[in-house]
Amino acid sequence: MTDDELIWRIAGGSGDGIASTSQNFAKALMRAGLHVFTHRHYPSRIRGGHTYTEVRVSEDPVKSRGDGYNFLLALGDSFARNPQENAYYGNEEVKPLSENLDELNEGGVIVYDSGLLDTEDIPDFDERVADNGWHVYDIDLRTIAREHGREVMRNTAGVAVTCAIANIEPRVIKSLMEDTMPEKVFEPNMSVFDDAYETVQEEFDADAPDISVPEGDHDEDQVLISGSDSIAYGALDEGCRFIAGYPMTPWTEVFTIMSQNLPEVGGISEQVEDEIAAAALALGASHAGVKAMSGSSGGGFALMSEPLGLAEMTETPVVLVEAMRAGPSTGMPTKPEQADLEHVLYTSQGDSHRVVFAPAGAEEAYRQTRRAFQIAYEYQIPAIVLYDQKNGGELQNVPASVFDEEPNPDLGSVVTEAELADAPHDPSGKYNRFQHDVDDGVSPRSIPGQEGGRYLATGNEHMPAGHISEDPDNRVNQVDRRMEKMEAIRADLDADEGTNAHHGPEDAEYGIMTFGSQQGTVEEAVDELNEQGHSVKSLGVSELAPYPVEEVSAFIESVDEVLVVEMNASAQFRGLTQKELGRYGEKLSSLLKYNGNPFEPGEIVDGFVTSIVEDGTLPGHETKFVPAASD
Amino acid sequence: MSAFSAIGEDVERDRNEYTPGLEPQPTWCPGCGDFGVLKALKGAAAELGLSPEEMLVCTGIGCSGKLNSYFDSYGFHTIHGRSLPIARAAKLANPGLTVVAAGGDGDGYGIGGNHFMHTARENHDITYIVFNNEIFGLTKGQTSPTSPKGHKSKTQPHGSAKDPIRPLSMSLNAGASYIARTAAVNPNQAKEIIVEAIEHDGFSHVDFLTQCPTWNKDAKQYVPYIDVNDSEDYEFDNTDRSEASEMMFETENALHEGTVLTGRYYVDDRPSYQQEKQRIGEIPDEPLAERYFDDDYEWERVYDSFLDKHK
Ligand SMILES: Cc1ncc(C[n+]2csc(CCOP(=O)(O)OP(=O)(O)O)c2C)c(N)n1
Ligand code: SF4
Repeated sequence: MTDDELIWRIAGGSGDGIASTSQNFAKALMRAGLHVFTHRHYPSRIRGGHTYTEVRVSEDPVKSRGDGYNFLLALGDSFARNPQENAYYGNEEVKPLSENLDELNEGGVIVYDSGLLDTEDIPDFDERVADNGWHVYDIDLRTIAREHGREVMRNTAGVAVTCAIANIEPRVIKSLMEDTMPEKVFEPNMSVFDDAYETVQEEFDADAPDISVPEGDHDEDQVLISGSDSIAYGALDEGCRFIAGYPMTPWTEVFTIMSQNLPEVGGISEQVEDEIAAAALALGASHAGVKAMSGSSGGGFALMSEPLGLAEMTETPVVLVEAMRAGPSTGMPTKPEQADLEHVLYTSQGDSHRVVFAPAGAEEAYRQTRRAFQIAYEYQIPAIVLYDQKNGGELQNVPASVFDEEPNPDLGSVVTEAELADAPHDPSGKYNRFQHDVDDGVSPRSIPGQEGGRYLATGNEHMPAGHISEDPDNRVNQVDRRMEKMEAIRADLDADEGTNAHHGPEDAEYGIMTFGSQQGTVEEAVDELNEQGHSVKSLGVSELAPYPVEEVSAFIESVDEVLVVEMNASAQFRGLTQKELGRYGEKLSSLLKYNGNPFEPGEIVDGFVTSIVEDGTLPGHETKFVPAASD
Repeated sequence: MSAFSAIGEDVERDRNEYTPGLEPQPTWCPGCGDFGVLKALKGAAAELGLSPEEMLVCTGIGCSGKLNSYFDSYGFHTIHGRSLPIARAAKLANPGLTVVAAGGDGDGYGIGGNHFMHTARENHDITYIVFNNEIFGLTKGQTSPTSPKGHKSKTQPHGSAKDPIRPLSMSLNAGASYIARTAAVNPNQAKEIIVEAIEHDGFSHVDFLTQCPTWNKDAKQYVPYIDVNDSEDYEFDNTDRSEASEMMFETENALHEGTVLTGRYYVDDRPSYQQEKQRIGEIPDEPLAERYFDDDYEWERVYDSFLDKHK
């Protein structure tokens, strides 16, 4: 973290408006020309319980939450305030302050609502403040809010205090509030803001901490967007007009965004009875000629295993989204992990195949979701967008022009009625929809309702027109043809540039590999390592099936050793890499984290230096090092 | 020209148009009731003048699931219990299609029971034919959800301790808007009922009694049936919910006592799911599927409509 960077953490109770306040704060600063990145931490309960959001603000582009943080705004947890002792919510009011001290950097700022929180309840508070050189502002935000409006406006008071201390021009925040709030609410919020701002100026030395928000300037229009937003917009721009789903955190975000936007573009969203039905509906819509998607998180995706196989066997295009959270079973619903990789790659029986993309951030999520649809519909195969709770919920600024792309209504490899007239049919008059000898294994499909195109789609092995058959020659032909598609897709993807992200000096001595949401964090760690004098580069892989064998081999060949970074305990990505490449076990070590929190760049720096460079042992149990196979 | 010119063709048809030539021949056992369903469906399609290419027949897994292998139209032979979610999405995607779903009692009332309940509740405009032979056929004679209490099979050697489910009552309570029972032994009624079911705008459930001479020699489906709608003994108004409910109850008891009552038990003209969804603006006026073939259709760019709120 650089000195002129603000990492602002707002903490309170779930349901206290922490998410919306931080989102507005981030957006206001983005509008002011800065780069922003947010990180959410929330418990699996609806109201109350300790929650926080971090907003990292910098003059330069930011790719992760950063290391630690330097500004705490601790609000009271209003749902923890329960007059009855031992009541369900218990007394956790002080948590927004007590729970966050461990990660606050030296010299950081603490603002807490003295109307609700008492530092007497925190053991050694004053000592820790002194040891760390923290600057403490006790301000009765609750009372300020009550005086000018309602208690919930203490969030606004807290933002005002932040502005006063970190030298953020109030106009930046106020103009956003004006845009987003109805007038009736806006007016009292302004009074709360002004009162809190003045309180700091009058009663405290606001210049004391050396913390201020830098100034910045964007070359072009930016949008504040999450991975979930980007997946939804990618799908919509790719002509997806049908979604079916069943809620499950964190997939619900994509499902919700699609459900809210689809009717506006004349599409259909269906919330159905379970995930088997959800995936099956997507298949039904796709079979009938509409671009369709479904998705879920681990447990729900498990139910989709059967329709997934059916999609492959019937060659029905479909895009499924899998939003990982910590497992097994229902695991930790609101915590990120990357442990569903093998589940997504191998679920469903038989020699079944699917395409899997794992975008790193919002920008990639948009592009790769579009690519997933293109591949699915061109090659008539299920494609999966694999992401996790982290990149689903993180907001970051992305140039608006990223989304300025033409929509694509192309339905892929289908025939028109005119083409059907000359197409091969079997003696019964059925269309040979599953022909044996075709380019790239792709046999174009007809759509129900088309004259001359009738055929049977079936999950059983079948002849060219779809009749069920156990004929051995036909079986081999059909299996080979379906598998041939994967090679064609690999060739197609290889022609794309820059899907898998390379970062750092090309001639570096060491490599770090990762997939999906950890990519940005790894890249920041790589920058830091090079600054420290190490020679490191990284590869963020976002095509997992078919695997980019050549590109990854070349990367591993070019360095002495590779550290594979992933958020799971069983090194699934490293395992996949070794399986696909058939070697390199002696070159790959793993840095793993699976406590429910994503990596911070510093942890990767430490992990690399301690384990790879110094051959030492990692302290603590947050991250785990698994050495290369020959060790 | 529409991209789907098979839809809405209005010509006289012969039932043989739905026979897929020489291949494949039905693999059902001699005397199997499933032949009766196939025959009735062919007759109904011909009577309605439906083009084989405007029909989509979705089936589950079981002997019954092979229906669309022997009925020539567009077909989707799905997985065990899942014909309904696939069928209803196809209908939403292209309402011009005539969508028929079919499967066995195990497929529809057992493994697919949840989908059955919800498809009925939502009142999708599709026809669902359940081949009710009171047994699992394809997996060789295990007890099914409609097998009578005490039914012995290899997996229930002491006889089933469960009461059979009541498909008609279940359907009524779940919300189906057309409910009938017919039997393979009565081809004329069967055809008429399927014609009505397809014409009905909403979820039509036909519990089709089929015999399985191979595994279920005891089933009552062989007994001559009584058509309750034609019988003087059973005057009732099948548009009246409570009368329908009583009649179903009686029918379901009678079957296990050895009397087979069939007929139309409930007809309700409430709007279908498609109509409801259109009313609230959640479904387009034109068939979605047409759009991908329509060169004049303007594809909206997300950039213009949605991105502003992120700025
Ligand atoms: C998920 C799954 N479970 C089990 C089976 C095996 N299976 C195939 S057909 C069938 C039951 C068929 O009985 P029913 O639905 O009554 O149809 P019928 O054969 O009597 O027409 C079963 C259990 C399967 N194919 N898929
Ligand atoms: S096993 Fe029974 S249901 Fe299956 S084909 Fe034979 S008679 Fe028909």
